[in-house]
Amino acid sequence: MSLTEAWRVAIDALRASRLRSGLTMLGVIIGVAAVVILVAIGTGAKQTVEEQVEGLGSNLLLIVPGQVDFGAAPTVSRLRLDDVDAVIRVVGDRNLVAVATSSGETVRAGTRSRFTSVVGVLETTPKVFVRSIARGGYLSRSDVETGRRVAVLGSAVAVTLFGERDPVGSQITIAGVRFRVVGVFAPLGQSLGVDRDDEVHIPITTAQRVFDTSRVDAMAVKAPDRDSMDALSARIVGVLHERHPESEFSAVTQEQILGVLGDILGILTGVLAAIAGISLLVGGVGVSNIMLVSVRERTREIGLRKAVGARPRDIGLQFLLEAVLLTTIGGVVGIALGVGTALIVAALTPVPAVVTWWSVALAFGVSATVGIIFGVVPAQRAGRLDPVVALRAE
Amino acid sequence: MTALVAVQDASRSYQLDGVTVPALRGVSLTVERGDYLAIVGPSGSGKSTLMHLLGGLDRPTSGRLLLDGRDVSSLSAADLARLRNEVIGFVFQSFHLLARTSARDNVALPLIYRGVRKAQRRRLAEETLARVGLAHRLDHRPNQLSGGEQQRVAIARALVTEPSVLLADEPTGNLDSASGEAVLALLEELNAERGVAVAVVTHDRGIAGRARRQITMRDGVIVSASP
Repeated sequence: MSLTEAWRVAIDALRASRLRSGLTMLGVIIGVAAVVILVAIGTGAKQTVEEQVEGLGSNLLLIVPGQVDFGAAPTVSRLRLDDVDAVIRVVGDRNLVAVATSSGETVRAGTRSRFTSVVGVLETTPKVFVRSIARGGYLSRSDVETGRRVAVLGSAVAVTLFGERDPVGSQITIAGVRFRVVGVFAPLGQSLGVDRDDEVHIPITTAQRVFDTSRVDAMAVKAPDRDSMDALSARIVGVLHERHPESEFSAVTQEQILGVLGDILGILTGVLAAIAGISLLVGGVGVSNIMLVSVRERTREIGLRKAVGARPRDIGLQFLLEAVLLTTIGGVVGIALGVGTALIVAALTPVPAVVTWWSVALAFGVSATVGIIFGVVPAQRAGRLDPVVALRAE
Repeated sequence: MTALVAVQDASRSYQLDGVTVPALRGVSLTVERGDYLAIVGPSGSGKSTLMHLLGGLDRPTSGRLLLDGRDVSSLSAADLARLRNEVIGFVFQSFHLLARTSARDNVALPLIYRGVRKAQRRRLAEETLARVGLAHRLDHRPNQLSGGEQQRVAIARALVTEPSVLLADEPTGNLDSASGEAVLALLEELNAERGVAVAVVTHDRGIAGRARRQITMRDGVIVSASP
């Protein structure tokens, strides 16, 4: 029997029991679709995180107190403004250094209020990070040096307090202290789970006075280029350690953050794919099971085919092709369903989903392989049936 | 001239729950070209086992089986399948037609395993169905046909490969007497006009009496052969 003929026989057999073929395929369809969708979501999450970290700005060094060790308890910062000046001297350019001292405060404008993150900063922030201003302007150097009570609102804060009105020039109070709004940020959206539009920037000098503190929580330095990052970070950490011999400081690069996050998300994607893979395996076992039932049910047919001249391999091939057809058709439908669902998820929900060709290829390859592996046992069983016994079967 | 099928001192036993049950004990029989013989005996006498041997569906536990002059003990399962396809045509009591398959495709089935192309298969199947008087039933499925018509489809399936021997196991067992008579008449016509050897297994003495030779079996041995 030719291979073409064997395909035809297998297709006819599947057509003859459409409902069962469909239900058997459903297991494979769900498994393949699950692999494609879950890998797409995992990949999407990873890409989004990478984009957001990179979106902070390029060649950034984040200076934080203590050892950088994910899982370690946060350390209270001993950084002061004169440490910032020291770092600026090391870097050689004030415009490359940003700082932050944050506090959760209630911000009011008239009768409206919002609890938000109020961040004390230098006027250099938009030069170090990627931030753009939608209305008005940013803080000036003299605002910082003289500790003026001026504020730049995140877009979400501006909407809460002023609705559609232009807040620039209006008065607000932060922790009961009056401030004048000088600018509004363009919307940025979420980043690493933090709503970056939900914040208010004020000069760090003003912040220290209002919050009654002298600490600086964190510092960021933009290196002139990628190659100088390691040397620069060593010099900064060295200077800070000199000034605070009892404390430790660390400089982390985006690559390091990305590396750690990427590892975590890579593991997550792998786990998701493995779970989906298990469902694909279960689908394969379903195919095997149905093929065994099918062999038993069609024992008389097998006997008859053998009586009229089918060789063991003709019968085996017929059942193997049926299993492979079930899983490959199921695989193609599952891929279509998975890709479609991933696209819908990406379009309609905030969950990022990026379909990767390797996951599609893998899911298809696995489903076809599953068909062969799980089809072999029933096919061999069918091929080896004794024709006399098979013809007598009920 | 070599015999079409010959069994020589053949025995066949089965293992049932570890016990060896003999079904045939030292049987010798030859089927010549153009033969018309009946194998009769009560159930359990070994006549079906003998027919399975004659058709190459089974192999003897001891003794020899020659199909078309070839000793089957030297043949692989695939070679034996090919020999069945070329030499033997089977007709069963319960027809063994594929459900959900048209009469034409049922008849064409053996040709698939011979590698005949689809258009040629259809043509041969239609010709053979016409020969058994079913030219008007090509696209009917088994459940749309009467018992007699189904058995004639089965005979067409056995004939389509132009076999040398037709082996019929209780071919009229599931049919009313008129349909049974028509099926027997068809087998006899094929035997007389085309020289196809016909072997009918039956427990019906009346049917057996129409054959030129009667082989009577009991307890796995041939107790009488006439003439």
